[in-house]
Amino acid sequence: MVNRERLVNIVLALILPALAFIASGMGEPFYITLATRIAILALAAVGLNLALGLGGLVSFGHAAFFGIGGYVAGIFATHAFNQIPLLSSPFVIMATNQMPVIWIVSAIVAGLVAFLIGLISLRTSGVYFIMITLAFAQMIYYFAISWPAYGGEDGLSITIRNGFPGVNTLAPLNFFLIAYALLLLALFAFARLRDSRFGAALQATRQNEVRVASIGIRPLRIRLVAFILSGMITAIAGALFADLNRFVGPSMLSWSMSGELIVLIILGGTGRLFGPVAGAILFVLFEFALGGLTEHWQLFLGLILLAVVLFGRGGLVGLLAGKVRHG
Amino acid sequence: MLLELAKVETFYGASQALFGVDLAMAEGEVVALMGRNGMGKTTTIRSIFGLSPLRHGTIRFAGNDISATKPYRIARLGLGLVPEGRRCFPNLTVAENLLASARSGFWTIKEVNTLFPRLAERSSQYANSLSGGEQQMLAVGRALMTNPKLIVLDEATEGLAPVIRQEIWKAIAALKQQGQSILVVDKTLSELLPVADRCVILERGRNVWNGLPGELTSEIQDRYLGV
Repeated sequence: MVNRERLVNIVLALILPALAFIASGMGEPFYITLATRIAILALAAVGLNLALGLGGLVSFGHAAFFGIGGYVAGIFATHAFNQIPLLSSPFVIMATNQMPVIWIVSAIVAGLVAFLIGLISLRTSGVYFIMITLAFAQMIYYFAISWPAYGGEDGLSITIRNGFPGVNTLAPLNFFLIAYALLLLALFAFARLRDSRFGAALQATRQNEVRVASIGIRPLRIRLVAFILSGMITAIAGALFADLNRFVGPSMLSWSMSGELIVLIILGGTGRLFGPVAGAILFVLFEFALGGLTEHWQLFLGLILLAVVLFGRGGLVGLLAGKVRHG
Repeated sequence: MLLELAKVETFYGASQALFGVDLAMAEGEVVALMGRNGMGKTTTIRSIFGLSPLRHGTIRFAGNDISATKPYRIARLGLGLVPEGRRCFPNLTVAENLLASARSGFWTIKEVNTLFPRLAERSSQYANSLSGGEQQMLAVGRALMTNPKLIVLDEATEGLAPVIRQEIWKAIAALKQQGQSILVVDKTLSELLPVADRCVILERGRNVWNGLPGELTSEIQDRYLGV
């Protein structure tokens, strides 16, 4: 069973670079962008999978972190392009257009926001947790809309994609490889975390809070750490997403974005290492294939989601590799 | 004293379950907590672990007043619980169950596997696929992984096959040999008494008898433990 899942994982890991390299060889940059989009959405979902899959925390507000990452990328790009300092008093901070710095800043900002949201929302559970995370995300959404300095409702265009030391990020294949490398890194971190004591305790917390307390684990603390790490990973994906589209707008913060990330995970396999990757592949494929036929493609997505929830709760990975966990 | 309960009174809502339980045990002691069903054994244990907060009285453990301490802090002070009904984490593997509660000390997954070789064989199996006896071994192992100063077993062998019961008692005896302090509840006196240093009997939320296993005459047994 485990070996079969490993095989499925390897195939899933290879699909994206295969798509990108073949498209590159055929001179079809559109498909490279498609592969990049999948990798970035998968990365965002790996972040959410930490909270939702391992911790059982159904966060309906992860768009907040995705959007925060996007806005950090957009704001940095704009300031760097126009050579306007981010902060002029009491001391001057110049913006940079270097991605690694942007990722770190995204992760830190999202981590702080996740800390605050988590501190309040994690005291509740079930539907209240879902609603509170949604409420916080909506607050940030409306804040972005009413913030004219950074485009308000219109969003913010990124004139030149942010850079990476020694790499021309404007070449689609290069940018894909950056996103893909980060995805692999996040998957590696997820796997290590899941197999650690922290991961076992987090999953135990999902299954029974009282039992967990009686072995000396404080549920709130462990969930908060998971929620923060989860938000940080999703924020880095958001920064990449803004750079991919060369645009960041309030839509990245909208509740439907949060919903999409949840849908991705359920489609792919909740709590499974490569669930987010499988889910992102399916989602973007549907969007691309069905979206070409009808603009109501989400209707079909809804039907498929229904089927997955009713009949195959392990998602695509569960279907291919067999059901393992969850309850 | 390692553990000291003084005049503990615990309520479930409006109904009182404990009416002033006193209990003291020293380090290295094995104490059997006895009494018929519904006399307050489990409630006493829940009170010790902060799962059923007490309304009056005090509980001290290893020099700390834990009367109003949160359960996870109590566990961290060195109290390990094997709850009634072998409650493991069903959708974690045996190894993950053990890993989740690991705290540094003598007990590691390796040591637990030595104590219960069956768990080593089942290491990657989910807890809900284990037999009752194996789940109880896992529950004991999980509590040991916290490296407790005192391990509390509520209904150590209830509902298990005789062969499995023997294995559990053998493990408890081995723990006692190592100097582990143990508070244990069980109904099978013939197996419980040989490992116990001392017995405490509860009746209607009060302790009514305290003594050595050898002093537990059949008269006392009939009076407090007979069904």
